[in-house]
Amino acid sequence: MYETNYHRASSVEEAVKLMGAAAEGKYLSGGMTLIPTMKQRLAAPTDLVDLRHIAEMKGIAVDGRSVRIGAATTHEEVAASAALAAVCPALCGLASRIGDPHVRHMGTIGGSIANNDPAADYPAAMLALDATIVTDRREIKAGDFFTGLFETAIENGEIVTAVRFEAPARAAYQKFANPASRYAMAGVFVARRDDGAVRVAVTGAGADGVFRHPGLEAALAANWSPDAVANVTIDASALLSDLHASAAYRANLVKVLAKRAVAAA
Amino acid sequence: MGVEGIGAPVARKEDRRFLTGKGRYTDDMSVPGMKYAVFVRSPHAHATIRSIDAAAAKAMPGVIDVLDGQQLLADGIGNLICGWMIHSKDGSPMRMGVWRPLADKTVRYVGDAVAIVVADSVAEARDAAEAVVVDYEPLPVVTDPVKALEAGQPQIHPEAPNNQIFDWELGDAAAVDRAIAAAAHVTELKIVNNRLSPNAMEPRATLGVYDAGDDHYTCYTTSQNPHVARLVMSAFYNVAPENKLRVIAPDVGGGFGSKIYIYPEELVCLWASKRTGVPVKWTADRTEAFLTDAHGRDHVSTVKMAFDASNRITALKVDTIANLGAYMSLFSSCVPTYLYATLLSGQYDIPAIHANVRTVYTNTAPVDAYRGAGRPEATYLLERTIETAARELGLSPAELRRINFIRSFPHQTPVIMNYDAGDYEASLSAAMAAADWDGFATRQAEAARRGMKRGIGMSCYIEACGLAPSAAVGSLGAGVGLWESAEVRVNAVGTIEVMTGSHSHGQGHETTFAQVVADRLGVPIDSVNIVHGDTDKVQMGMGTYGSRSGAVGLSAVVKALDKVEAKAKKIAAHLMEADESDIVIEDGALKVAGTDRSVPWSQVALSAYTAHNLPAGMEPGLKEGAFYDPSNFTFPAGCHVCEVEVDPETGQTKVVQFVAADDFGNIINPMIVEGQVHGGLAQGIGQALLEGVHYDPESGQLLTASYMDYAMPRADDLPSFKVSTTNTPCPGNPLGIKGCGEAGAIGSPPALINAITDAIGNNELTMPATPEKVWAAAHAGH
Repeated sequence: MYETNYHRASSVEEAVKLMGAAAEGKYLSGGMTLIPTMKQRLAAPTDLVDLRHIAEMKGIAVDGRSVRIGAATTHEEVAASAALAAVCPALCGLASRIGDPHVRHMGTIGGSIANNDPAADYPAAMLALDATIVTDRREIKAGDFFTGLFETAIENGEIVTAVRFEAPARAAYQKFANPASRYAMAGVFVARRDDGAVRVAVTGAGADGVFRHPGLEAALAANWSPDAVANVTIDASALLSDLHASAAYRANLVKVLAKRAVAAA
Repeated sequence: MGVEGIGAPVARKEDRRFLTGKGRYTDDMSVPGMKYAVFVRSPHAHATIRSIDAAAAKAMPGVIDVLDGQQLLADGIGNLICGWMIHSKDGSPMRMGVWRPLADKTVRYVGDAVAIVVADSVAEARDAAEAVVVDYEPLPVVTDPVKALEAGQPQIHPEAPNNQIFDWELGDAAAVDRAIAAAAHVTELKIVNNRLSPNAMEPRATLGVYDAGDDHYTCYTTSQNPHVARLVMSAFYNVAPENKLRVIAPDVGGGFGSKIYIYPEELVCLWASKRTGVPVKWTADRTEAFLTDAHGRDHVSTVKMAFDASNRITALKVDTIANLGAYMSLFSSCVPTYLYATLLSGQYDIPAIHANVRTVYTNTAPVDAYRGAGRPEATYLLERTIETAARELGLSPAELRRINFIRSFPHQTPVIMNYDAGDYEASLSAAMAAADWDGFATRQAEAARRGMKRGIGMSCYIEACGLAPSAAVGSLGAGVGLWESAEVRVNAVGTIEVMTGSHSHGQGHETTFAQVVADRLGVPIDSVNIVHGDTDKVQMGMGTYGSRSGAVGLSAVVKALDKVEAKAKKIAAHLMEADESDIVIEDGALKVAGTDRSVPWSQVALSAYTAHNLPAGMEPGLKEGAFYDPSNFTFPAGCHVCEVEVDPETGQTKVVQFVAADDFGNIINPMIVEGQVHGGLAQGIGQALLEGVHYDPESGQLLTASYMDYAMPRADDLPSFKVSTTNTPCPGNPLGIKGCGEAGAIGSPPALINAITDAIGNNELTMPATPEKVWAAAHAGH
C-alpha cells in the first residue's frame, strides 16, 4: 500500500470538506474492495475519508412499508434488523450472505452500491426494489444510478447518504456463489407489488453489470409462479464469460435462480 | 499402551503455543540491524532482459542496495539444480536448462526474480522495487504442456530442444502391446490431472544473516528439510561450506511439499546479507506465493487397461506428458517418474505395465511435489480407469476390484515396487460397510424425489511412503540418500531431548515422537523434548515429506533408544548388583524382573553423569545417536467411498458422505492420524471440486493469482468425514508404521469424480468438477 492520509469524518458536511481539501481523495465506507485494491498498489488515493462513523448515515428506519437505510449501515446490521425483516425479509437474507462475518461487520450498503461491483448483491436489490439512492446533493432512482461495470451516476465528491424504498408485497433473492470469491456468479432479485407489477434484477451475470430482465418481468407479471419462467429465453449474448463461467451457463443460472426466487418469495 | 504411550490419542503438546499465538515462525524472527527485502519480478512470462537500471531506486529513501543477477553471477553463486537425474529411454541424460537465482539474461515465467531491493522497511523496499527499470524484450509464450512439445513453439531453454526435458519409460512395452491385442476388453481414457497451488497458510519467508566477524551465515527459512537446504546451498550453490552455514527452520505453517525445495530467495538473501553487511529478511505476500511457490500435478495422460474374458486385468498402458514449468525444481524429475509410474499397479495384480512419460518446459511456475507427489496422479488415473471399466463390463466397482486384488504378500509388481504387506479386501469391506453401500439405491431414490442426482464412487489407493532405501533411490538417480538420523540425549535429571532430522510443520512430531519415548522408558511425555529444525542442534537429517517421519524418522529414534536402553540397563544392573538380562524398564524405573528391587529412571540418569559408580570401563553419560536407512518403501493403502448429490439444474455438487478406511500400519496417536486424514481429504476434495491454476495461454499471466479466483475448499464445502483404519503392521520398520500424511489427498479425488460421473451418467468430466462442467456433462450425458 502506498502512503495515504486517513480522515474520520463525523458529519456529511465535514466529509465533503475533507474531500475538497484532498489532492486525490477517496471515500471509505467499509473498504472491502478499496483496501485490498490499495494493498495491491492498484489504487493510490492521497486521502481516505471514512464515512462509517457519521451518525446521520447510520441506521434503519421503517415507517409502515417505507424503508430508509443509512448508507453507512453494515451488512450485518441489515441482516439482523427485525424491523426490516418484518417488511422485506429478502433484503435481510441477501445481506446475511454477503462475504463472511468479517466483511459483513465492515462493509456497508452505501459502499457496496457506490462501488457497483458487477457481482455485488445489493445493486440487484436496489434495482428490483425500485429504490431511491439519496446523496448529499440529490435523489437518484436506482434505474438511473447503476450505469456500468463499477460505474454509477455519482459525481466527484458526491456521497451516497441513504437508500429509500417501499417494501414490495413479495420479494426474494437467490444467489449462486462463485466457488472462489463467493461473490454472485449470478444473482436474481424478484419483487412483486400489490398491484401485480414485477421487477426482476440480475447481478453477477451481465457483461455491463446489474440489469433488469424485461422478459422475466413480463412473464411473472402475467403469471407469478415458478413455472412462468420456463418459457422465457435468457439471451446469453449480453452476459459475462470469464474464467469461472461461460455466458451460456450464466444464462441457465439466471433462469434457475429466477424460478427459485419466485418459489421462495 | 500407557495413557501417553504408543496408541494413545494424546492432545498435541505444540498446540498450546500455536493456538495462543505463541508460535515462532520465520517472519517472527528479528535480529539487530535487520533490513527488509523485496524482489523485483518479471511481469512477462518470457522475455529477454536488455538492461536493468537501478540508479533511481538506489537513491530512494531507506534503500540500502539493489542487487541483480549479473552481480550474483560475478560473485560465483551457482545455478539452482534438480537433484534427481533421469535418463531418457535413449540413454541420454535429462536436458536441464539453466536456472539463475536472479535471472540475468532471460525471464521464463511471470514472477521470475530479477533483482533484490534491500531497504529499511518493506514499504520502502517495495517503492524502490517499482523504480527499478528493467528493459524487457518480450518473447513468445507457451503454457500448455502438450502444445509446448509441438514443432514451432517458443523455445524456453536452449538445452532442451522442443522443450522436452526427458522421454522416459518404465515396464515392458512389447508385453503390454501383446496383452492389449489379445484382450477381451480394453478400457481407454484420457486423464488430465489439474495443476494446483500449494497454499500453505504461512507464506515462504527467509532471513539471511551474514556474520563478517566469523565469516558465517545463518539462514532462517520456511523449510521442511533444513539440512537438505544446507547441503544443497553448500555443495551446489556455493553460498558457504556447511560448517559456515547454519539453517534454522523454526515453526513452519504448512508445507505440503512446497517447502522442500531451495528457492532463489533463501540464497539470494544470504548473499545479499554479505553484500550489504546487514541481515536481510524477506516474506512472500500471497500474490508471490501464488506466482512462485512450486505448483503440483499438471499431467495429461492417455491410458489403456486390458482385460481377459474373466475380467482380470492383463495389461496397463499409460502415456503421460508432465508439465515441469519454466525451470526444474529440486525434485521435479522424480515426481512424474519414480513416484508415479512405480505406483501404477495400484492394489491390483497386473502382469504387464508400461508407462511412457515426457516432461516439458513451459512458461509457468516450476512444478514439483505436492501432497502425494506422483502417487495421486497414478491413483487418479488408475481408479478412474477401473471404475470406468466396471461400468463398461457391467460389474459393480467393488466386484471388479475384488477380482483383481493382490492377495498374497510380498508381491512384486512389474513396475519396481515390492509390496510387503496389506489387506485390500479388509479396507474395501470396511469402507463399504461404513458407507452403507447396500443402502445407496434407497438414498438415490429419495434424492431423485427431491430432483437431485445422487451418485456413489470409490477408489482403492496404494502409495509408497517411508522414502526411502538410499541405495535403491541412488540407483534410480537420486542425488541424496533418504535415511534419517536421531539422537537421544538423557539429561542428568532423567529428562530427555530427542534431536531428529525430521521436521514438523503441522504434523505434531513434538507429541508423537515424545509418545514413543514415553512408551519405551515409562516417563511422562512432558519430560521429553523434541528438537528439530536447526542444523546446529541436529547433526544431520533429510527432513519431512512423502509421509516419511513416522516410518523413517521415528525408526532412527527407536534405534537410538535401543542403545540408550541397553546402556541404562547395564548401569541399573551394576547399581542393583543384578544380571543385565534380568533388568526391565517399567513405569519410569529399571526393575529386576520378578523381584521388588528397582531404581528410578532419574537415578540411573544421574548415575550416568556423576560417574561415581559405573561398571568398569564404561564411559560417563547417557546419549546415543543412530541413523536409520529403510530396507523398503512402506505401502499405506485403503479405500475411500464418496457419495454426492448433483443439482442437475445448476451442476452444483454436494459431497454428502465421505468414508475413508485406511491401512497405515501401527499408529502412534490416532487423533493426529485422523487429523492428517481430514486435512488430506480436504485437499483432495479441493483438487477434485474446486482448485485449478490457470494461465492465460497467450500472455502467460497467472489468472488465478488470488483467492478471488483460486477456489480453496472451505468448511462448508466438506461433509463430516467418516474415517477408520484397518491396519496391517509394516514388517519393514521397528514400529510397524506405514505413514498417513498424504493418503487423504491421494485416495479422495478419484472417489469423488467417480461419484459425480455415476450421478450424472457421463464419464467425460475433468477436475476441478466445477458446477458449469458438471452441468454441461450432465446434459450431454442424456
